[in-house]
Amino acid sequence: MLELKNICFTRDNKKILDDVNLKIDTGKFIVITGPNGSGKSTLAKIIMGITKQDQGQVIFNGKDISNLSIDERAKLGIGFAFQQPVKFKGITVHDIINLSANKEISKKEIHKALAGVGLCPKEYIDREVNASLSGGELKRIEIASVSIKKSKLTIFDEPEAGIDLWSFNNLIEVFENMREETKGTSIIISHQERILNIADEIIVLKKGKVVRRGTRDEVLFNVIEKRCPRRLYKGGKCEQDR
Amino acid sequence: MNKIDKELLNKIADINGKITGAYNIRKDGKKIERRTTENIDIVTKEDKPGIDIFVKSNTKGEIVYIPVIITEKGLVDIVYNDFYIGKNADVTIIAGCGIHNDHAERSQHDGIHRFFLEEGAHVKYVEKHIGEGKGTGEKVLNPVTEVTLKRGASLEMETVQIKGVDSSIRKTKGKLYADTNFVITEKIMTHGNQFAKTIFDVKLNGDNASTHVTSRSVATEKSSQEFISKIYGNKKCFAHVECDAIIKDEAKVKAIPAINANNVEANLIHEAAIGKIAGEQLIKLMTLGLSEKEAEEQIIKGFLK
Repeated sequence: MLELKNICFTRDNKKILDDVNLKIDTGKFIVITGPNGSGKSTLAKIIMGITKQDQGQVIFNGKDISNLSIDERAKLGIGFAFQQPVKFKGITVHDIINLSANKEISKKEIHKALAGVGLCPKEYIDREVNASLSGGELKRIEIASVSIKKSKLTIFDEPEAGIDLWSFNNLIEVFENMREETKGTSIIISHQERILNIADEIIVLKKGKVVRRGTRDEVLFNVIEKRCPRRLYKGGKCEQDR
Repeated sequence: MNKIDKELLNKIADINGKITGAYNIRKDGKKIERRTTENIDIVTKEDKPGIDIFVKSNTKGEIVYIPVIITEKGLVDIVYNDFYIGKNADVTIIAGCGIHNDHAERSQHDGIHRFFLEEGAHVKYVEKHIGEGKGTGEKVLNPVTEVTLKRGASLEMETVQIKGVDSSIRKTKGKLYADTNFVITEKIMTHGNQFAKTIFDVKLNGDNASTHVTSRSVATEKSSQEFISKIYGNKKCFAHVECDAIIKDEAKVKAIPAINANNVEANLIHEAAIGKIAGEQLIKLMTLGLSEKEAEEQIIKGFLK
């Protein structure tokens, strides 16, 4: 489904991505994790075409898409949910969902998508996607609009950022529904343990390199063990970090 | 009325077939059709071109259409329309002017509209201006709106000028007494070598008077726009002026705010933002499969909606 070959990206003399090679199979739910500054978001943007790699190739369903524009990649079936959702003036939730679906979709479907991310459809459908919405509301609208696109490959850049706990439960459901309904592949950039828990595979990036890849148990246990040898892992923080 | 007239009326006033309510249709400087109702009277002025519109007190939910169309070459049409709105009336007034110019000579319409709202009256005033035709002659529109609101009255004004008008100078004045509200929403799009200038001059003369001015404009190609707002807070009052412009190509936009607080209780805000379409907005829509051009069109369509 997706293959990244020798992806390199350097800015200000800093190697953000250093020869990244990855193969991702169809239908998988992949979580890319790693410390801040490890190159996760840059990698996601390179797959969508928002950022252009210095070297390397992006192969999607056997086709080299390295030089295709963002919209060309979107038309081939790649979707992207932004970490910081973009605000508009005058464009409504209804508009953005229709644009995402690339057709006039039924009210029932819009309602389902909004309710799926914990938003009351009646209250939000005609709201403008602008600064009057909170960060959490914008984020949920972003996720609803991207999930309705039903892409073959959907990339979520830190979907949990800015989302409250209640919506977070919805978010997990959205991912599960997407897997069931669209049978697509998802790549999630995330630090959240509950998202890591539902991953088929976890990829760990560090200093621009893939340092580990495997199932949750293989990767997570290893990471925690390594950081906290024989210490109790409490609330996501090592005792020695405190 | 011929096909062009009917199409223009549809574009500027959404008139398509039979009109319900009172109306006065003016074509090429002359009245061509008029109807009055029990509550709304329309009378031709005797001293100058134009009409007086009288709405009886407590009239509720009626609509008055006063569209103007110009298809004659070289015509400069100046018209003075005065609206007298009785106490506690609540009506909608649909105005607007459409110029169809297939010639080389200039066509011009200057509509001077004065509104006098008695206590507790409310008016929704919608005005759409368009210019079209294959001729090289300029299509010029210079609307003037003067509003006087007595205690408790309110007026919502929507003005739209999307392409086609070569030159326009729009003056809107307001004199507001106590407990009044004047809301103005303006949408302008210019292209080619067009020029559009807007001047708002609102005096808040009564306690709890308020005004909200929202101007959204798009200037493309070599067109230029000017936005001037002068707000005078003379009593305990509130004003919010927001000028947002998208600029493209070699266009120019100038915004000149003037807010004058003449009372310690006057709360006046002016916001102005001029800039090109944000790159992140284009990228977002491109991730949905729109080309850069389509994304730009959607952003502008939404902005001017």
